[in-house]
This record gives sequence, structure tokens and C-alpha cells, in this order.
Amino acid sequence: MPPVIDQKKCTACNTCAQICCMNVFGPVTSREIPQVRYPEECWHCRACVMDCPVQAIELRYPLPMMMLARTSPRVEQRRKEEGK
Amino acid sequence: MIPISSQVKTCDVLIMGGGIGGLMAAIAAADAGASVIVAEKSDTRRSGSGATGNDHFVCYIPEVHGDFEAYMRELKTTQAGLNADEPILRKFASRTFEICQDWHEWGINMRVGGQWTFEGHAYPGHMRTHLKYDGHDQKKILTSQAKKRGVVIDNHSPITELLTGGRGQITGALAIDVSREQPELKVYRCKAVVTATGSTNRIYSSCTPAWMFNIAGCPACCGGGLGAPYRVGATLVNLDIPGMPAGPKYFSRAGKGTWIGVLRDLEGKNIGPFVDKPSREHGDITSDVWPSVFYDKMKDGTGPVYIDCTDLPEEEMQYLYWAFTCEGDTSLVDAMNQQNIDLREKMVEFGSYECTLLGRGVQIDANAATNVPGLYAVGDQVGNFLSHISGAAAMGRIAGECASAYCGTVDFAPSVEDHPTVRERQAFYSAMMERTNGPGWKELNIIVNQLMDDYCPVFQIRSGGKFEAGLGYFQDLRRLCAGSVQCSNAHELMRAAEAFDLLEIGEAMIRSARARQETRGLHRRADFPFTNPLLANHFVTITKTASGPKVDIRPAQVL
Repeated sequence: MPPVIDQKKCTACNTCAQICCMNVFGPVTSREIPQVRYPEECWHCRACVMDCPVQAIELRYPLPMMMLARTSPRVEQRRKEEGK
Repeated sequence: MIPISSQVKTCDVLIMGGGIGGLMAAIAAADAGASVIVAEKSDTRRSGSGATGNDHFVCYIPEVHGDFEAYMRELKTTQAGLNADEPILRKFASRTFEICQDWHEWGINMRVGGQWTFEGHAYPGHMRTHLKYDGHDQKKILTSQAKKRGVVIDNHSPITELLTGGRGQITGALAIDVSREQPELKVYRCKAVVTATGSTNRIYSSCTPAWMFNIAGCPACCGGGLGAPYRVGATLVNLDIPGMPAGPKYFSRAGKGTWIGVLRDLEGKNIGPFVDKPSREHGDITSDVWPSVFYDKMKDGTGPVYIDCTDLPEEEMQYLYWAFTCEGDTSLVDAMNQQNIDLREKMVEFGSYECTLLGRGVQIDANAATNVPGLYAVGDQVGNFLSHISGAAAMGRIAGECASAYCGTVDFAPSVEDHPTVRERQAFYSAMMERTNGPGWKELNIIVNQLMDDYCPVFQIRSGGKFEAGLGYFQDLRRLCAGSVQCSNAHELMRAAEAFDLLEIGEAMIRSARARQETRGLHRRADFPFTNPLLANHFVTITKTASGPKVDIRPAQVL
């Protein structure tokens, strides 16, 4: 679910829980590794990843947020012209 | 009963929401000698729609633009000029240069590449109004500037109600302390309040209804700064036609202006007339001018529409990826990397998102004052002026100065802890906490979304009949939920208070939309299918009075 905390790296500083704009970790608890209590309320702003002092957090993006992309026809055209 | 904190906190100016506008108001009020508290729902260092950055700042810089009047003429043709009363727009623009200089001095890089760089949101051949900047740490820097001036920051303390005295003037506010598992109520006593809670974002269903917080602006911003002022008599304006954001389809994220590409269809044909190839200077302004382009073209079968950045030279491509970090869109880059989407090869489909009240809300004058004495409003929650980041920053500064001056003319209320609103809300919130069964906040939020989608629609046609039916359903819903919503902790209580605000604002939106008896832009009415030129530049207002909501329509102020 959205923020994923590496339990081995986390020092339980609770920076993520303190700064989360959506309060997805619930209240700050001293000296405990935060839990992701409200994962569906994550805005995926990535502040927790950026501000974690030991890089213990990754974001997993939910499948309903899959981005839709396809190769540009202009890239295909260029490839054709270059004989690739 | 939920306990009320024994200590009433007193200050001259209380700031409701520590975003860009709130922090700038706090800094200005403190500079003017006022004692200031910022009551913030989350943590001011990373809260709100500017939490992790922004990259465009509308501003007038004399050495770049020269003639101020020419700048004003151009500004009115951009997004910034929409729904604006001109005296506010003009006062805002005249204060932007000083803020650019201050922000740069404080450590926010406003001189990208060592100079004032104006890029994006621009018509080719026209003066550019949007300064490119690097806002990735803006909230931390503004927080530190506020603290340096003695501003007290109360994080995890969303204000839910304003308190007024016998003349209708501001005397204080009520907040919920959500820093612990169980809630506590906090009462503030003050002379003035600056409300700055951002856009109302969770009023319509998300473009991914199963993932309701997947929205372009911060989902914590959902109308606190409209609901509370409305309940004490502040006039709301321009709720009749909401704004339609757009960006990468299914990954709702603001900042489409950051993308340096061209809107193209499946075959690679350009959609808009403004640029033929990606332009760092101009962006592709097509979707500013035609906000519903992505929805419209899917509906008529000529979509989908993509943003194609693949023509960018490598150096410019790297600049684009860097610009996403300035805008706070590192998650977008991260998600594209996880999906192996390289903008050098792929074009990304864009979509229209759910509508919001960005730039619709509380009515202010050129001093950021509302019609409630002592109440000021700034930022995205203002209804008759919007210039995004710089709008919040400049009007925040003006509000801080004016609120501070106002404080010199009034006395504190002798006491506010027994204010009827405090006691009534304590009982209401406590009842929600004490219930062991009943709908949670999410059910209330979802039914408000459903009713808004169907009875105050934007993607479907509107009509007097839909409004009439919708208002009836909203009243039924009020009766259903007033004595039934249940919460089990402080977090859920905060969300429930938000959902009740959304209910109130949704109803005000339907009443406002009903009053606009014409078709205009996204407001398409079956019963009034024409655009009435006499209603151009007219704003719908709504004010709560003792005899019920009063709706009016007034001309925009011009100079």
C-alpha cells in the first residue's frame, strides 16, 4: 500500500508521520516504527520519501492510477526513416 | 464528551491553514507587530497543494515587462484573469515583484538559470506572465521564516468553526487537535482570522472513483475555509461554475503547465493552434484555453488526446524532468519510471479530472477582507480572484498587513470558551464519537460526490429540474446524517467534519448554479441553452442569512 517502510532501515524518527499532509500514518508515536494506517488516503505527494533521513520509504502506486502511454507516431516515423 | 483544552490560546491574528497564503499572511502580520498563531491541519512544512513544490509564479517584474498597463492587459487574458475583480488583480500584480525578491533572498530559487525566466502558460508572440521557479522546498522555507518572526505554529489542529461576537465580528475559532489518537478541542481567542485552506477538492467524484483521494490538488483541502466562513455570514462567490483540472489520465496531478510538449491525437496530429513542436517558452496553452478538451474529444470520438514531448532535444528533456521536481511532481516521475515510460519515446494520455472549486469561494475586497469584520481570506479558496501561488503569496501578505492594522482598532472578546458554537460543536462531535454504529465519514463524502455528479453536473447537461431535485435530496441527506455519522478516533472525526463541510458547500453550489439562467462554458443548461451576453462578467454570490441562503448575481468590478 502506498508508502512502504523498510522495517530494517527505519530508525523510528517519525518524520514521515509528522509531515504527511494526509495523516496516513495516524498520530506520531515516539520510538515506534510508523504504521500506514490509512493507505487509501495517500495523495502520493512523496514528501515522506523525500524527507526520510535514512531513505527507508518507497511509494507503491495503486493500479487504478496506472498511467496510459504509447509510442509517439513521430518516433515510429523516425525509426522507419532510419531503417530500424 | 470530547475534552476542551483547558488553555484558551490568544493571539491578534489567527491563521486558518498554513499553506503559501497562510504562511505569507503570518509573516506579514508578525512583521507588522501582531502576535500570530497558524492553526494547520497537517504540518506546514509539507502541507497543502504546494506541499512538495510549484514551478510557475505569476508576477510583474519591471525590468522584464516594462509598462505595467501592458502587463495588466495580458494578465487578463490568461488563467489568472478569470473570475477576478479587477481592483484585486491590479493590487496583487503591483505587489508581486517584492515577493519574488524576498523569496529569492529567503532561499527559494526564483531566478532559474541566474535570471528572471518567464516560461509556459503563454500565447506565442505575447508577453509572458508566468515566472519559472523552483519551489520544491518552499513550504519549509516559509515555515522557517514565520518561526523566525515568533509565529506560533500549531500543527495537526484543523480549525472547523469561527466564533463571532455581537456585531458579527471575529472573536475566535474552534479547532480539533488530531495529534493524538483521541481528539481534544482547542479554543482560540483572537481579533482577526485569515482563512487560507486552499481549493475545495473532494466535492465531485475522483476520475478513479474507487480511489477517492486520487485528485489533482491536495485532498486534505476540502472546503474548511468556505464552510466555516459561510456559517458566520461570509459571502461566497462563483460557486456556479467549477474549475476542471487536467493532466496525466488516471494519475491525478496538478501541474500540466510544467509539461513541455504538444497536445496530439493518436495519429500524432496537433490538437491546438498555438505550437507545432514542444516549446519551453510557451508550453502548449491549448488546455488552458479549452479546459475540457480531453473530455470533449473522448466524448465526440476524436480522442484520446496525448501530450507528446518526444521532439524535445536531450538537453531540454533533462530540463523537463528537473522541472517536475520543482513543481513537486517527483511521484509522477517515479511512477513513470516504475512503468518504464520514457518521455523520449512515449506520449502520455491526458484526461480531464473531477471538478474543484479552485478560485471559487470566499468573496474578498482588494485588502483580502471579507464582509465579516475581522475575517480575511486568501489563496485558492478565494472566489473572485485567483493567481495560484503568487496570488496566495501576494494577497497573503496584503491580508497579514491589513489584519494586523485592523487588530489595532478592536479589543479582544472577554471570553470565548463558553461561546454557543463551542458548546454546540462539542456536543455534536462527541455524539459522533460515542456512537457505536452508523455511517462513517467516507459514506457521507461518497453520497455528496454522487449527488454533485448527478444533480450539479459538469460532464452532463444541467437543468432547473436537476437542481430542484438535488436540493431536495441534499436536505434529505442532512436529516439522515445529522444524527447518525459515527467516528472512532481523532482522524475520523477530522474527516467527518470535512464531509459535513462538503455537504454544506455542495448545497450552496447547486443554489448558485440554479441562479445562472444561461449556458456559459462548463455550465450547460437544457432549460437555458443560450449564452446571455448581459450576464458576461457577472458573478453569482451566496450568503447565509437568518431567513436562509440569499443568492444574488452582480457585475464583476472593473476599473
